[in-house]
Amino acid sequence: MNRPAQKSGVWYNVRIFLRLQTFLLPYWRRATLTYVLLFISSASALVIPWLFGRAVDRLVEQASLGIILTVAGWILVAAIIRGATSYGQSYFSQAVSQLVAYDLRNTMYDRFQRQSFSFFDTSRTAELMSRATADVESVRMLISFALVRIVQVAVMLLMVTVVLLQSNWQLALVTLAVLPFIAYRTTRTSRRLRPVWLAVQQEMAALSTVLQESLSGMRVVKAFGREKEETERFNKQAYTLYERNVTANDEQALNTALMTFSVYFAAGIQLLYGGYMVMQGELTPGDLTAFLFYLLTITVYIRMIGWLGNPLSPAVASGERIFEILDARPEVREKQDATDNAVVAGQIAFNNVSFGYGGRDDVLQDVTFVAEPGQVIAVVGATGSGKTTLVSLIPRFYDPTRGAVVIDRVDVRNMTLDHLRSSIGLVQQDVFLFSATIRDNIAYGVPEAPEEEIIAAASAARLDSFIRSLPDQYDTWVGERGINLSGGQRQRLAIARPLLLDPRILILDDSLSSVDAETERSIQQALDRVMEGRTTIVVAQRLASVLRADQILVLDEGRIVQRGTHAELIAYPGHYRQIYELQLRHQEEAFEAAPEGITAGGGSRP
Amino acid sequence: MMGGGGGGGYGQYDGWDDENLGAVYDRSILVRLIPYIGQFKLWATIAVIGMLAATFSSVAMPLFIGLTVDTAIATGNTTRLVWMAGLFFGLVVINAIGLWLQSRYMAKVAHAMLVNIRTQLFGHLQKQSLGFYDKQQVGRLMSRVVSDVEQIQQVMTGGVIGTISDVLTLVGIVVIMLVMDWSLAVVTLSVVPALIVISIFWQRRARVAFLRVRRAISVVNGSLQENVSGVRVVQSMNREDENMRRFDNINHDHLDANLRASRLTAGMFPAVEIMVGISMAIVIIYGGWQVLQGALTVGFLVAFTLWVQRFFDPIRNITMQYTELQRAMASGQRIFELLDTQPQVADKDDAQPIPPITGRVTFENVSFSYADDIPVLRNVSLDAEPGETIALVGETGAGKTTFVSLIARFYDVTRGRLTIDGLDVRDVQHESLAHQMGIVPQEPFLFSDTIEANIRFGKPDATRAEVEAAARGAGLHEIIMHMDNGYDTELQERGANLSVGHRQLVSFARAILADPRILILDEATANIDTRTEARIQDALRRLLPGRTSFVIAHRLSTIREASRIVVMDNGSIVEIGTHNQLLANDGIYARLNAISYGAEATNGHITAPSAALPAPAGGAEDSAEDK
Repeated sequence: MNRPAQKSGVWYNVRIFLRLQTFLLPYWRRATLTYVLLFISSASALVIPWLFGRAVDRLVEQASLGIILTVAGWILVAAIIRGATSYGQSYFSQAVSQLVAYDLRNTMYDRFQRQSFSFFDTSRTAELMSRATADVESVRMLISFALVRIVQVAVMLLMVTVVLLQSNWQLALVTLAVLPFIAYRTTRTSRRLRPVWLAVQQEMAALSTVLQESLSGMRVVKAFGREKEETERFNKQAYTLYERNVTANDEQALNTALMTFSVYFAAGIQLLYGGYMVMQGELTPGDLTAFLFYLLTITVYIRMIGWLGNPLSPAVASGERIFEILDARPEVREKQDATDNAVVAGQIAFNNVSFGYGGRDDVLQDVTFVAEPGQVIAVVGATGSGKTTLVSLIPRFYDPTRGAVVIDRVDVRNMTLDHLRSSIGLVQQDVFLFSATIRDNIAYGVPEAPEEEIIAAASAARLDSFIRSLPDQYDTWVGERGINLSGGQRQRLAIARPLLLDPRILILDDSLSSVDAETERSIQQALDRVMEGRTTIVVAQRLASVLRADQILVLDEGRIVQRGTHAELIAYPGHYRQIYELQLRHQEEAFEAAPEGITAGGGSRP
Repeated sequence: MMGGGGGGGYGQYDGWDDENLGAVYDRSILVRLIPYIGQFKLWATIAVIGMLAATFSSVAMPLFIGLTVDTAIATGNTTRLVWMAGLFFGLVVINAIGLWLQSRYMAKVAHAMLVNIRTQLFGHLQKQSLGFYDKQQVGRLMSRVVSDVEQIQQVMTGGVIGTISDVLTLVGIVVIMLVMDWSLAVVTLSVVPALIVISIFWQRRARVAFLRVRRAISVVNGSLQENVSGVRVVQSMNREDENMRRFDNINHDHLDANLRASRLTAGMFPAVEIMVGISMAIVIIYGGWQVLQGALTVGFLVAFTLWVQRFFDPIRNITMQYTELQRAMASGQRIFELLDTQPQVADKDDAQPIPPITGRVTFENVSFSYADDIPVLRNVSLDAEPGETIALVGETGAGKTTFVSLIARFYDVTRGRLTIDGLDVRDVQHESLAHQMGIVPQEPFLFSDTIEANIRFGKPDATRAEVEAAARGAGLHEIIMHMDNGYDTELQERGANLSVGHRQLVSFARAILADPRILILDEATANIDTRTEARIQDALRRLLPGRTSFVIAHRLSTIREASRIVVMDNGSIVEIGTHNQLLANDGIYARLNAISYGAEATNGHITAPSAALPAPAGGAEDSAEDK
C-alpha cells in the first residue's frame, strides 16, 4: 500500500485510493460482514494445525481413542466453520465489488450521455469505452481482491507469528527467518517486473495497431503490393513482444522457484532444529508437526504478498481516469430558473454570435441573422468553414463564446434543455443507427409513439414500402447485428426520426450521399415533406436545398461573407459562385436541379 | 479466481460468436498443434524433466518428514537427524530447480509457439484476396490473431504442463499412500469421489454461469458503446432518461449474472477446505487408532496428513483448468479454420514476374460475379492504350469499382481474359504487377505512422528527397512544412489529424512516388474546401499524364480532360468516346446533359453557365454520377 508514488506524489495516490473507498459506503454492512467473516475464517484456519499437533502429542503419549476422537471432532468443526466463513467472506467481497462496479457503470453511462459535444469532440470512443469497462473492472478487482486479501494476508501472518512465538520462540524465529528474504525477493521482483509488464502491454498494443491497420487497409496494401513488408513489420513486432514476454516470464519463473525454495527450506530447518529440540525435550512432537502445518498454511499467503501490490497502482490509475469522467462538468448546463415555455412560432435569431473551442472564438465570428418562422435558411461553405458548428449552437450542443442564440425572443441558455431540444428536429449527416428494430430506430425520440404515427413518419420519409418488403417489416433489426441499410435508406430513416417529434424547428445537415437518382429524388421528396411549415436551417450540399432557401448564408472561415437568394448571389462573382461551381453544379444539377426535369427526361430510368 | 470478472481482455466487444465451447479434447486440433511444439523439442524436454523432478520431489517430501520423525527424532539419533535433514534439503533444491526449469522453459515454448502461430496467421491473412475481406470483419480477424492465439499460449504455459504435473502428483500420492498403508489410504481417499462429484457439478454450473456473465457484459459494453457513438442523436432526441432506464436494466442483468457466478466461485475453495478437514479427521481417527494399535508410526501419520493436504490442490486446479482447455480447443479450431482458408486469388506456381510494362490494359469479354453468382460485369471489352486516361462514368452499382478492382487483380475474372501488355494477369506474379500499379482510393487509408512513412508506402526504399518531390507534386509539401514536425509529424489512426482533402493529397503523393505505369483513381466526392480542391486538381493534372489511368470520375474537369469516357450501366459498357463524341452520339451520356440543360433553361435561376465555365462546343452542362 505504501509503494512509492508513480507520478503525482504519494498523497495524491492515497487521496484517490481513499476516494475509491467511498464507493463502499452504501454497502458498508456487507463490507463489514466480509471483514468479520474473514477474521473468523483466518482464526479457524489456525486452530486446525494446533489441534493436529495436540492429536500427535496424545498419540505419542498413547492416550485413549476417545481423546483422539474429540480432537478429530474439533478439527472437523473448525474445518466446517472455516469453510462456511470463507465462503461467506469470498461471496460478500465479490458481491460488494460487483455492486460498486454496477453503480460505477450506471454513473459513467449517465455522465457520458450528459456531457456536451465538446467533450466528445476531444475524446475517442475507444478511450471512453476503456474507462467504462477496463477501468471499472480494475477498480472492482481492487475492491474484491486487494482490499480483502491485503487484510487477510496481514491477519494471517500476524496471527501465525503470534501463535508460533508463543509456542516456541526459538523455533519461531528460525522459521520466520525466511520471511525477510521472501519480502525482499517479492518487492524486488515486482519492482523489476512492473516496467517489463508495461513494455509487454505497450508492445501488445503496437502489435494490435499494426494488425488492425494492415487488415483494415488491405486494399492499399494489396494495391501497392506491400504484403511482404507488412508481414516483416508484423513479424518484427511479434518477436519484440515475444522477447519481452520471455524476459517477464524468466523473472517470474525464477521468483516462483525461489519462493517455493524458501518455504521448503524453512520446513527443512524446522525439521532439523525442531527435531533436535524434540530430542532435547524442549518441544513436543505435536508442536513440531503444528509448526510444519503452520508453515504450509501461510505459504499461500506468503505467495500473495508478491502480487498484492500489483493491482494497486493500476487501480489507482484507473480510479484517476474514472474520476476524470465523474468530475467533468458538462460545459452546457441548464440554468436553475430555466423556462419551460413552448416554442410556438419558431423564429431563430443569431445575435453577434462567436464561437471557438477552449475559449477562443475562431470557429464562428460575429454571426448575425434571423430566420423568420417557416423560412428556409441554407448555410453553405467549404469544409471547416463552420457550418455544422453554426447549426449545433441552436440545440445548445455548444454555447457561444460571445453573442446569443435566441428562439422566439428567448435566449436558448434560459430554456430547459429538455424543452429546447424537443422543439428541434435534427437530421444529421452521418446517420447513426442503434442496434434495435427499425421501429425503435424511427421512434427513437418518442419511444412510446403509437404504431400509426411511426408508419406515417416512415411513409412521409418514403421508407414505408421498403420496410414492408422486409420479412420482419418494422421489427427488422438494424445496426451492428442487423441488416445493412443503404446510404439512401439510412438517410430517409434519419428524416423519419424528427417527424415523430413534430418540431417547430428543423435542422438538416444535408449530406451528399452515394445514392442513385431515384433514391435521390425520394430523399428530396421526403425532405420537402418534413420542411413543410417549419423553420428550417439546412447545411446545404444539394442544389435543391439552396434553390429553395429564402436566404443563403455563405460562410468562410467562420464569418458570413455573403447572404441572399440563389438568384441574387449567383449574379456576380464571389464566394458563392465559386462554391457553386465546385460543389453544387457538377455533382448535382443533372439529377436534381429540378425534380420535374428528371421526371420528364428520366422517366425511363430504373 | 477472477471472480465473476468482465470477461477480461481483448475481444469483449466482438465476442458474440466466440463463446461456443466445444470438447476439451479434440484430437485433430492437438495433432496439428504438435508440430509447433516439435520445433522446440529441446526446451520442451527440459521443461518435462524439470516438471518430473519438481513433482516427484514434492511428493517425496512428506515421506522424508515422516521418516525423520520416526527414525531420527523418535529414537533420539542426532546423526541420523542431520543426515535426513540433509537429504530433505537435497529434495528442496531439486524441487526448486525442477520448478524453475519447468516454468521457465514451458513458457518459452508457449511464447515461441505463440509467435510462430501469430506470424503464420498474419502471413496467411496477407495472402488472402480482397473477396475474403469483403466478408470478414476486421475485429473478428483481430481476435483470431490476438486472443485466440493468446488462449493457446496461456493453456500451454500453465495449463498443459500444470495439468500433467497435477495428474502425476495425484497418481504419485495415491501410489505412495497405498504402498505405505493401503487401508489408511483407502479410508482417507474415500472422500475423493465426493469431491469429484462436487467438482463436476460445480464445473457444469460454473460454465453456464460464466457464459451468462460474458454474454451480459457484452450486452453492457455494446449498449455503452452505442450510447457513446450515438451520443449526438441521443442528446438531440432527448433520450437520456429513457436510455438510462434501459441501461440500468441491462447493467442489473449483468450484476445478477455476476452475483450468481460469485455464489459458485466463492464455493470452490471452501468446499475443498472442508474436504481436507474431513480427510484430516479421518486420518487422525483411523490412523490414530492404528498408531495406538502399533500398526502405524506417528511419523507416517504426519506424512499422510501432509499428503492429504496436497491431494486436493491438483483436483481443484484441474477443475479450474477444464474451461481453459475447452476454450483453447475452440481457439485452436478457429485458428486452423482460418489457416485452412485458401486464398481465392493466388499466384500460379509457374507465375513469372512481369517485366516493366508500357501499360496497355485489355479487357477481353470479361464477366465477373462475386460469390453470389449475380453478374456484376457482363462481357466487357476495352482496350486502353498506354498513356490513355479513361474516365468511368455510371451510376452506383453500374460496376465501375469492380472494373478497376479487376485491373489490380483484387479479384479474378469469372469469364474472359484481362491482359496487361498482352500478358494475362493470372499468369504473372501479383507483386511484380502491383509494384507497377498505383491506386488512389476514394477514401484514402493512412497508417498511424509519420507522414513521411505514409507517403513512402508506395515505394519503401525511396529517399527523403524523393518523398519530398512526391509531396511537392501532390501540392502537399508546404502543408507538411507548416506542421509542427514537418515530415516527421505522426499521423493518428487513419490520419484523423488531417482534413479529408489533405488525406487525399497524401494518397496522391504515395501514387506519385510509386510512379506506376497504371494508375487507378477513385475520385473523392467529399466536400473539400476551395483551396485544397484547387490543389487536388493541380495534382491530378500532374499525376495522370504519361500513365494509363482509370478514373472513376465525379468531376466535370476530369471527365472533360479524359482521353475517353466509358459509360457503364448495369455491368456493361454502354458508350465509349470523348465528351464531344458522346454528346453527338445522343445516348445516355447526352441525355443526362440534355436533362441538365433543360433544367437550367426552364428553371430560370441558373443562367448563362458559360459565363463561369469555358463551356464546350455543345454548350450543355456535363453530368457526373452521384457517387
